[in-house]
Amino acid sequence: MNFGFTDDQRFLGEEVHKFLESSYPLRTVREVVDSPTFGGSDATLWNRIVSLGWPGLCLSEAHGGAGLDLETLIVVLEETGRTLLPSPLISTILAARAIERFGTSSQRQSWLPGLADGSRIGTFAMLEAGDSLSPAGVGTTGRVEGNAIVLSGEKRFVPDAVGAGLFVIPVRMVDERAGRSASAGNGDRGDSSLDEIALVFVDREAPGVSVSPLAGMDLTKPMGTVTLSDVRIPLDHLLGETRLGWSAVEWILDLGAALVTAEAVGSVEAALELTTRFAKDRIQFGHPIGHFQGVKHPLAEIYVDLESFRSLAYYAIWAIDHDAPDAKLAVSRAKAYASDAFAQAGILGVQLHGGVGYTWEYDIQLYLKRSKWFRPIFGDADYHYERAARLGGL
Amino acid sequence: MDFELTESERAFRDEVRAFLDENLREGAAESPAFLAEWTKKVRAKRWVGFSWPREVGGGGGSIMEQVILKDEMAKRKAPPLGTCMMGLAWVGPSIIQYGTEAQKQKYIPDILDGKYQWCTGYSEPDSGSDLASLKCRAVREGDDYVVTGQKIWTSLAMWAKKMILLVRTARAGEGAESGSPSGGAATDGAKRGAASKHSGITCLLVDMETPGITVRPIRNMTGSAHFAEVFFDGVRIPVENRLGDEGQGWQVTISALASERSSIAEVHGLVRKIDEVKALARETVRGGRRMSEDPGIRRRIAQAEAKIEAMRLNGMRFLTKQLRGEPLGAETSINKLHRAALEIGLGELALEILGSAGTLTGSEAPAVDEGRWARFALGWPDVVIGGGTPNIQKNIIAERILGLPKD
Ligand SMILES: Cc1cc2nc3c(=O)[nH]c(=O)nc-3n(C[C@H](O)[C@H](O)[C@H](O)COP(=O)(O)OP(=O)(O)OC[C@H]3O[C@@H](n4cnc5c(N)ncnc54)[C@H](O)[C@@H]3O)c2cc1C
Repeated sequence: MNFGFTDDQRFLGEEVHKFLESSYPLRTVREVVDSPTFGGSDATLWNRIVSLGWPGLCLSEAHGGAGLDLETLIVVLEETGRTLLPSPLISTILAARAIERFGTSSQRQSWLPGLADGSRIGTFAMLEAGDSLSPAGVGTTGRVEGNAIVLSGEKRFVPDAVGAGLFVIPVRMVDERAGRSASAGNGDRGDSSLDEIALVFVDREAPGVSVSPLAGMDLTKPMGTVTLSDVRIPLDHLLGETRLGWSAVEWILDLGAALVTAEAVGSVEAALELTTRFAKDRIQFGHPIGHFQGVKHPLAEIYVDLESFRSLAYYAIWAIDHDAPDAKLAVSRAKAYASDAFAQAGILGVQLHGGVGYTWEYDIQLYLKRSKWFRPIFGDADYHYERAARLGGL
Repeated sequence: MDFELTESERAFRDEVRAFLDENLREGAAESPAFLAEWTKKVRAKRWVGFSWPREVGGGGGSIMEQVILKDEMAKRKAPPLGTCMMGLAWVGPSIIQYGTEAQKQKYIPDILDGKYQWCTGYSEPDSGSDLASLKCRAVREGDDYVVTGQKIWTSLAMWAKKMILLVRTARAGEGAESGSPSGGAATDGAKRGAASKHSGITCLLVDMETPGITVRPIRNMTGSAHFAEVFFDGVRIPVENRLGDEGQGWQVTISALASERSSIAEVHGLVRKIDEVKALARETVRGGRRMSEDPGIRRRIAQAEAKIEAMRLNGMRFLTKQLRGEPLGAETSINKLHRAALEIGLGELALEILGSAGTLTGSEAPAVDEGRWARFALGWPDVVIGGGTPNIQKNIIAERILGLPKD
């Protein structure tokens, strides 16, 4: 029994910590995202990440990865979360793991090495105008025409869209003979409509693909809109042998949720440290404010929530990596708990700083903004608690 | 991460499971004859006091084996391992660590056999959360301590045969009441005051039949009485009944309280409770709809389940630390806070699901389940106040883990 990290994993975490502390403290992160050329990823930063091998850390060695398991990634993500590192690492890993799991062997051969060595940035583009993580939320269509699939639709809130070279996209396959998508406007779909969903690869350079940035409050987590106007992709850009259906999309969303939650552990930890340090230094009424229970108890509550969603996140990552029967439930519990807890930590962090907490110069506000980005991505607390209720038999 | 058991751990788990298959009978748990026999059997397996050294009659189980045993028992809703609750939880461990050979021989076998109950005389009317300020006095006279003072909230005092008692033995001038010594700086004096507050405390093992002890039961808000006031009027306790050295009482008792920390068994109790709440939500129809379809109720149930799962996983992280030989510190307060919130929260949830019927305590409809949810919703203070209140747990985390100043 060991619900913790190995010595090697701990060592890796310390190395990552040292590297980020010296090369990418928040001061530097601010410079990166404030630079006018920052559109979604910073080439210098990405090159350093790539030289450390993070994108391929948990991809198989056959495809150019280091062959480590997902739990090893946790120690990296906690550190990138601490310093709010503006990198498309999670997006790229998510796209790569999706291809590794669902792709044919030739698809793995052709796409994974480029993602593993960082020459290509990948991302998963799910959401559309309906902002819904459900089969009904997939309105982008794919139509088979001879040797090609023609895609049309608009994907929104796509993480790291501007820097990405490869998009993995769920689409709804339209049956030409029926002349329509079984979907259109019908909220009450049967199982067959779940099978209409397929995953495709789209190259950024393909004609008809346009990407535009979305201005967001968390500058370290850029998003964009990806428009597909009759984009023709070859048939072998359909991920897998056949239409993968909704369950594959759900698996990718779950992995995404687990990864961002592991990263959120580091962010909340750093926000708590920042606020605790402030509470020890700031004197009012002749005492450090951390002496007052109105300050110390909220900090203790953040700690309790942090440690609790840390446990849930670790287990969720482990459960996904091992295809545990309770993996979905584990992810939903972790993401739901963390979505609420991080939001609360962000608000309390700013509030407990007083006036300086509201300033651009103080760092605590950066964590509050990260918590806002974190809440809806891959499902908010409402979505995941409802899903957990369903999976738990209600 | 690795959630597998080793081969020997698996063998032990299988042994426990086989024992349960053979000895647990559905529905028999309530019968006194079955319980008596059960107790004898688990005692023969040395599963009562399983974590204690074999020399004193315990089971010498490893940390993992203790967890497996508790886990398997709780999963199958087996009756408790031993009947002397406080004796097994903290009196025994204190005696094993600090007791004389004679004390071990006198008390430990009886605790294991469940011959009688112990009670715990720590809290006083003016010393609750601030336990170290306790005043109940013991004055040494020859081979006796003469004890005068009062304890309160003493659970089981009216049935217990023995008490583990904390008293103040420091003479006047050394005690906390004397205040800070004049001349010293204020902080200095406060520090010395705090230190002497703990160092003047001594632990005694008391026979409840000793002349001069009066027990007066206190009715709690459910209407029944499980705790009591205990008055000591010149009660003579032989010095040989002192546990640990004079002035060592704080250390003697606090370390034992800290040793009782595995929260994994508790989680099974909470899982059982939330499962019952879910069943209640499915069965309860109000306003033409099952309460299990109410979005608010669904969310709160899922939230409670996530918290219970977090407790289970937190417990596994703590266990991992223990297995590595690292001491557990204040982080155990995390699960205590969750437990407190859940004890209150699950009762509230049940009552809200039931609506008006939730307030009824009778055995006939429209009361539900003979009013057991109403009773459950009144039971939380036992856990929430009894083991150190949530505010105190938050102080512990803030001060010992986050390093914030004491208040
Ligand atoms: C069911 C039950 C069984 C019990 N059984 C036993 C037993 O067997 N033996 C025994 O010795 N005791 C027992 N107790 C007593 C229990 O340990 C005390 O009730 C508990 O320590 C709180 O003390 P108090 O009741 O004096 O409350 P107080 O300490 O007066 O607290 C009152 C309120 O003030 C808050 N408060 C106090 N100090 C602080 C602070 N520094 N910061 C913030 N808030 C604070 C508390 O959180 C609480 O909400 C039992 C209690 C209960 C409810």
